[in-house]
Amino acid sequence: MQDVEGYVHSVETGGSVDGPGLRYIVFVSGCPLRCLYCHNPDTMKMKRGKKTSAFEILKDVASYRTYFNTGGGGLTVSGGEPLAQPEFLKTLLLGAKKMGVHTAVDTSGYLGTKVDDELMDLIDLFLLDIKSWVPSTYKHVTGVELEPTLAFAKRLAELKKEVWVRFVLVPGLTDATENVEGVAKFVASLGNVTRVDVLPFHKMGENKWQDLGMKYQLSTTESPTPEATEAARDMFRKYGLNVH
Amino acid sequence: MGLHQDINKVQDSSLPFLEDDTPAAYKGFVKGDWNKEVDVRNFIQLNYTPYEGGKDFLAGPTEATTKLWDHVLELMKEENKKGVLDADTEVVSTITSHAPGYLNKELEKIVGVQTDAPLKRSLMPYGGLKMAVAALESNGYEISKETAEIFKKHRKTHNDGVFDVYTPDIRAARSAGIVTGLPDAYGRGRIIGDYRRVALYGITRLLEDKKAQKASLDGNVLTNDVMRLREELSEQIRALSELQEMGQSYGFDLSRPAENAQEAVQWLYLGYLAAIKEQNGAAMSLGRTSTFLDIYIQRDLDAGVLTEEQAQELMDHFVMKLRLVRFMRTPEYNELFSGDPVWVTEAIGGMGIDGRTLVTKNSFRVLHTLINLGPAPEPNLTVLWSEHMPKGFKDFCSQISIETSSVQYENDDLMRSYWGDDYGIACCVSAMEIGKQMQFFGARANLAKALLYAINGGVDEKSGKQIGPRMKPITSDVLDWNELEPLYDQMMDWLAKVYVDALNCIHYSHDKYNYERIEMALHDRDILRTMACGIAGLSVVADSISAIKNAKVKVIRNEAGLAVDYEVEGDFPTFGNNDDSVDSIAENLVKKFMGKIRNQTFYRDAMPTQSILTITSNVVYGKKTGSTPDGRKAGEPFAPGANPMHGRDKKGAVASMKSLCKLPYEDSQDGISYTFSIIPNALGNDEAERIENLSNLLDGYMHDMGHHINVNVFNRETLEDAMEHPELYPQLTVRVSGYAVNFIKLTREQQLDVINRTFHGQR
Repeated sequence: MQDVEGYVHSVETGGSVDGPGLRYIVFVSGCPLRCLYCHNPDTMKMKRGKKTSAFEILKDVASYRTYFNTGGGGLTVSGGEPLAQPEFLKTLLLGAKKMGVHTAVDTSGYLGTKVDDELMDLIDLFLLDIKSWVPSTYKHVTGVELEPTLAFAKRLAELKKEVWVRFVLVPGLTDATENVEGVAKFVASLGNVTRVDVLPFHKMGENKWQDLGMKYQLSTTESPTPEATEAARDMFRKYGLNVH
Repeated sequence: MGLHQDINKVQDSSLPFLEDDTPAAYKGFVKGDWNKEVDVRNFIQLNYTPYEGGKDFLAGPTEATTKLWDHVLELMKEENKKGVLDADTEVVSTITSHAPGYLNKELEKIVGVQTDAPLKRSLMPYGGLKMAVAALESNGYEISKETAEIFKKHRKTHNDGVFDVYTPDIRAARSAGIVTGLPDAYGRGRIIGDYRRVALYGITRLLEDKKAQKASLDGNVLTNDVMRLREELSEQIRALSELQEMGQSYGFDLSRPAENAQEAVQWLYLGYLAAIKEQNGAAMSLGRTSTFLDIYIQRDLDAGVLTEEQAQELMDHFVMKLRLVRFMRTPEYNELFSGDPVWVTEAIGGMGIDGRTLVTKNSFRVLHTLINLGPAPEPNLTVLWSEHMPKGFKDFCSQISIETSSVQYENDDLMRSYWGDDYGIACCVSAMEIGKQMQFFGARANLAKALLYAINGGVDEKSGKQIGPRMKPITSDVLDWNELEPLYDQMMDWLAKVYVDALNCIHYSHDKYNYERIEMALHDRDILRTMACGIAGLSVVADSISAIKNAKVKVIRNEAGLAVDYEVEGDFPTFGNNDDSVDSIAENLVKKFMGKIRNQTFYRDAMPTQSILTITSNVVYGKKTGSTPDGRKAGEPFAPGANPMHGRDKKGAVASMKSLCKLPYEDSQDGISYTFSIIPNALGNDEAERIENLSNLLDGYMHDMGHHINVNVFNRETLEDAMEHPELYPQLTVRVSGYAVNFIKLTREQQLDVINRTFHGQR
């Protein structure tokens, strides 16, 4: 195995919401999307991250194997967009697989074409963010087109890869019935999505935008009410999906 | 499981052809060594019923429980307003000094309070008159002239004794704050009587045993040690008789063993009550009682004379009493140990050395009081966590932690190999075999300040006085570890000596003037004593050394040439990120200072141990310590216990835990305290996930031989809101260092300190 360096924002040990069990999460930097509600805007630019050796990270991952064993956890690569650095990602995942560690990749799917067969085989679970169904809404929220994400989702379905879908509910932005139901219908049609997380929008990232001198456009947007969040979850449940 | 049945077979001594002459108290119990000698562990092992199931059997509060608790809440509300509800200013508290007191005699299943009314605080001047007087005065009370006169003119106190013995060196170190929190003006505490003995044996039998112990010394040469022990045994015998008298005043005949579950809880509680009527020790812990009590409860359940509701009610009422324990404290004491803690620590669960779990249904019931009565800091519920405990219990613990943040966890798999399977926890993290071991509580030495002394040649950075040995100060502008290391080493040599000297004086005097008669009456004759030393500022020093080694630390001196501040240029690894380069510095500090402590001589041949625990005194220690080379500014708090410094553990929960797990228990056998806060959302998206993940985190931490962990699950915003609107959070409980506290009772400084801690998951 050859070491590869990549741009990393930070790592988090003991994360438990990005995949099953307790996870070691690598947040890479660099993302082609510009989501309005992004709560890690400091990961958008790749070069703002720290150049880090994959082997160094893997050595660190190795020391947490007891926690993975007790909790059925593993390594999650998140970001940023992991697929923006495919070689680095491949090295991390290959190392993890060699150690017998479960792997997950948190992605928007926009760069899905970067996943070659070799990389595909190294990923046990995809955490796929489908940020909207209505193409114009998707473009407004993320700054990019919806189509590549849908194409990638279909490809994962054909390959029968396990996928968890995540959808962020933002009042006045992504909460239109048509938008939520569209995602739900599509996801249900895939057949390989074992879980859907509907995440209520929060503003915990707001001060980061300010620190970076970037304009945060959702300052006046409130978090959805618990009832609204539950209603959105029910929409997914209506299509027979396992919702959290 | 197999071994359990074998033991039963061997011990089955029933003779069906003879009439059963077992006394009522022991009907249905398997006989064994415990019938021949005082041996509670043997009784438990032969008679308890391990429980491997879940929480479904539990019962909610009875009407009486709710009514009583509402009454308590009213009293506490008033207490919160006034600071102290009521205080005795005249009668010196003894086991029999006060008439019985009640909450509501009709409804209480378990009775007894410290004085003649609930929450009325007692007067205990034996530890030190000054402290007792100041505690009263700061709360608007005045000690009676006659009582004060007795202790001024006729009766010397522990505090007087210590200061008669102290050397000038010790006094200087003490007032500079390089050793702090010493129990030289108040009761030392941290001794756990085996209160279960009162229930299992009754006073008559215990008196016989103590008299036999005294008689066993008759032929000995009367050395100092033997004479002291004879005097102590006589005091113990007197105390037991007084306990029986106190029981009589409540209408109970403690001379005989308890005959049913209610009596067992009541007998045990009265034993504990006697202790807290006579001692206001810094920690008055309960021991390991719930599985013991389960045996009585199970017997009554099986006989159909008790229902689950009634069983839970007994535990609820018992715990309610434990929540009423109070001592008079001074503002200075509260600054050290904030929030009125008494450390009624109860150790729950764990595994037996035979492989059976010591979890019983009553382990669930005692935790369930946190739901039936709501969260509370006391009793200090401590789960002895083992990877091998039944999953049902682990998950119940996690659930209770998530809902109440009122539980702490200590590693049973680690401690069992040191202390067996019948140890309890005194105070926060100090393990001791129940009835067979005690400790001499030693507060802690300030390792961060010692580092500053090494830089300044023994001169105190705050006062400018020469406190440590006069050594060559560092004069260069940038700190060089090669130059500083030997100086720090010498400074620690000095510190270890002056510190242990102080402890020897303190415990010599405490034994003489404020001996714990009733607690020691519930111990064996010959016990193991540990000298429980401690250190504060571990992560400050580890990070400082890391900064000196890896970054550039410039010294800023005042006009007198004293180093008073530091400027750090560049990055350096910090403790709490699972980075060996700095974690090993912390590890070596622990080993090194323990080594220096071991080199000292100890009062009563005590075995030296060490804790990495500050309780809430990390704030006071910080106040008394100047700026440190890690970039911490003068006066800022240390991290509590063995915690990484606030906000410097940047790699998440598990990395922080991993660093903690590297600290060696063999060199900190008095405990390694870690306080952990995580926001609910970081544990999982729903309750089931959160429970699963917390159980897994705890399993992983214990597997890696972490010793102790306080688990807090809440959002920072909740605490901020509670600071603004305390009236809305009367029962909000947070785990601090080794104990839990009612958040609204903390000083503002302490509240901010808790809020500023690392909250895992808050990105």
